[in-house]
Amino acid sequence: MSPELSLKLAAAVDGMPAFPKSVQKILELTRDVNCSPKDLVQVIDKDPVVTVKVLRVVNSAYYSLPKQITSINHAVVYLGFNTIKNLALSIAAIGMLPASNAAGFDGAQYLIHSLSTAAIAKQLALRLDDADPMDCFIAGLLHDFGKVVFAQFMPTEFRKALETSQWNESSLHLALRDVIGADHAVVGAMLVEKWRFPADLVETIRYQYGPEIKDTPMIACVFAANQISKKLEFGFAGNPYIEQLPPAIAQRLGGTLDELIVSLGDLAPLLEEAKIFSKV
Amino acid sequence: MKVRFWGVRGSIASPGPSTVRYGGNTTCIEIRTDNNELIILDAGTGIFPLSQTLLAELPVTANVFISHSHWDHIQGLPFFIPNFIPGNTLRLHGAFDPVSGKGVEQVMAVQLQYSYFPVREAEMKARMEYVTLAPEQSLQIGSATVTPFLMNHPVIDFGYRIEANGKSVFFTGDHEPPLNIYEPGDESYDEYQGFIDEKAHSILRAMHGVDVLIADSSYTEAEYPAKKGWGHGTFNSSIAYAKAAGAKMLFCTHHEPTRSDDALEAAFRQVLLDNPPLAGGPQVRLAREGETYEF
Repeated sequence: MSPELSLKLAAAVDGMPAFPKSVQKILELTRDVNCSPKDLVQVIDKDPVVTVKVLRVVNSAYYSLPKQITSINHAVVYLGFNTIKNLALSIAAIGMLPASNAAGFDGAQYLIHSLSTAAIAKQLALRLDDADPMDCFIAGLLHDFGKVVFAQFMPTEFRKALETSQWNESSLHLALRDVIGADHAVVGAMLVEKWRFPADLVETIRYQYGPEIKDTPMIACVFAANQISKKLEFGFAGNPYIEQLPPAIAQRLGGTLDELIVSLGDLAPLLEEAKIFSKV
Repeated sequence: MKVRFWGVRGSIASPGPSTVRYGGNTTCIEIRTDNNELIILDAGTGIFPLSQTLLAELPVTANVFISHSHWDHIQGLPFFIPNFIPGNTLRLHGAFDPVSGKGVEQVMAVQLQYSYFPVREAEMKARMEYVTLAPEQSLQIGSATVTPFLMNHPVIDFGYRIEANGKSVFFTGDHEPPLNIYEPGDESYDEYQGFIDEKAHSILRAMHGVDVLIADSSYTEAEYPAKKGWGHGTFNSSIAYAKAAGAKMLFCTHHEPTRSDDALEAAFRQVLLDNPPLAGGPQVRLAREGETYEF
């Protein structure tokens, strides 16, 4: 990816609005001076755009943290609730992501996919000793962040890649590399790296395509959650291609994709929760 | 080292017969190192009488450290008299505001607008310098090392530790010990408590072993439940900090603007009954405008 494109996309995110439901809830909750911090955090950490923007501020050079912050709860303790509330309010003031875009990318379906991937990644992390469930949640929520950026700022190219991928039932990663020269994983990782997110979160977003995947506990949880969410058709974020788990990941998680799905039990409540948040 | 209180009142200046003993000016504390270097903590209305005493030692370099940008901690800045006299330097230090996206310069700029103040910054004769600080990044002011620490208030608030010649002071600015926003049993309760414990630990580290702790003690225990989340401490929370940090002397400040001198003393008497003095300290006092403490 060219340095110009990387700068252009990073700058574009500044003015990017959040999803309609969270904007609506943020405005509603903050109208009350005694607004419950818990309720507001639960809205912020379901919206990939708001989450990215808040974590970006708290991890910025102004605070030169010894260790980066990955959770909205931690950001609230670090900067104070009122600061986070006003940050959320300033993001809400930008407006709402439009219901439709020139790329034909469905924001509501994307949100269901991201939220269910986040929730499943967290459940898988709870089974491992060496994966942090909250970090896996955030990584799942943000793994496709590059797609919202494409839909907003490179809609024509994104549309073409989406169509190619649908038509051939092939990986969207390859179609994007072909059309734009970089896929959503590279762009998402580039952005969060620029904003000083922790290295393990950056690499989890970067490595989500089969052949080149790395073997870490967080990648295992998020990669598997992403495939499970696609296979069960929990929302849809434009990539019809479902990958099998590489052997190292299957070994970490103790089963194949299908075995994992069975072991997770009834995921209907999880899907319902994601759906509620995607509706206005 | 000397600490002199020029303003001890919280929220709004409260002059009048009922506050004459402890004073009605808002927060301003003068620190003098043993080398007589001048450090000013906060620029509430108390900085105006302080600035008049500086006319005897011009030219002056005033290192002002702003805890946070609320009015009662900045509103004396335009009336800092040395600003109008050539040869002086005002070096203003403070935090970056992530909501406005601006550094400490905004606390001056916002006040020197045509509708609110007649003199523009360009017309002021002193040299103005702005230093936006990062948490826990120390700064050297002559013989003194000043380190900002992030506290907890509705806007970014720095507590400052000042060390010089083996002596030390910590000022909290406005600060409420953070509370868990979840209920015990909520899924996120333990995680959040972990972050709070970590923060409490870093605050105690910042205050550790100071000679003088100056702490926001706005409320009594009885008042506090109605004021949770407003960003202020209580007498008891300040005493707990002083004990846990091993501070030698605690000054309770940020007195409620509606509290008369008599009511303040009555509240403080009760606090001392509830917290009997310990053999090894800390000593506990009410901050009083005009008082100097030398150590």
